Amino acid sequence: MGRAKDRTDARRMAEGEQFEIIFPGDQLALRRALKKAMQFLHGLSIPAEACGLVEIVLAEAVNNVIEHAYAGACHGVVEFRMEHLDGALRFVILDDGLPMPDGVAPAARIPKIDSPRGDLPEGGFGWHIIRELTHDLAYSRIGNRNRLEFWMCTKDIT
Amino acid sequence: MKLTSKDINDTRLITAGGERLDAAAAIRFKDEMRELTNDGPARIVLDMSQIAFLDSSGLGAVVGAMKQLRADQVLELAGLTPTVMRVFTLTRMDTVFTLHADAQDALGDDYAHAS
Repeated sequence: MGRAKDRTDARRMAEGEQFEIIFPGDQLALRRALKKAMQFLHGLSIPAEACGLVEIVLAEAVNNVIEHAYAGACHGVVEFRMEHLDGALRFVILDDGLPMPDGVAPAARIPKIDSPRGDLPEGGFGWHIIRELTHDLAYSRIGNRNRLEFWMCTKDIT
Repeated sequence: MKLTSKDINDTRLITAGGERLDAAAAIRFKDEMRELTNDGPARIVLDMSQIAFLDSSGLGAVVGAMKQLRADQVLELAGLTPTVMRVFTLTRMDTVFTLHADAQDALGDDYAHAS
């Protein structure tokens, strides 16, 4: 586990378009996966601004998997699916790592920034960004797997 | 992420020459910023116009680069691309940094004369 080669599967179906990729849970594999996902979105003629926001959200969501679900000695693959349906994008991210704390996805909480320079936060923005840019986010633990699903509307996210 | 720096009068202009400031690039960026700023003048301007993508790890590295400055130094940012700007506004970090449209805007006539 964790040493698998990237596997990509992009399909155009009658009712919508699907993209699927499985890649090792590390930062450089994430970069490659994002590049492929963005190529798929550009092919759907989704505006560049919207693609940029999708890329941010995916980077945050998968970074969380790499840093928390696969923390420490725990390694594994990330499975990512994206589906384009009538002006909206549906995303599913699966991993075999540690469950989210208390079994729930963290709330949108912006770190305190009206503090002296030395106390400014250097992290903790990820879930705030994800919550701000997505809707209908759902987390579930199925056996040993984490499943995160959310939607982004390509019409009004620019 | 390749950083280059140039002193223009009393300002050190650092240009980020990489397209992505993400989790994979963040730690190195912060270390290189320390090297380029610790003996620098009081005013540091970071030209981010070549950075097309920045995530929260990259944002944290920019904040970290400011926190590791000497007390008499400031870090101002120039040339934020639309997606990068969105991360700054979403996290309200646009209120923490002085932002300039581009390096020319940050340095005025000094920039035109230096380049």
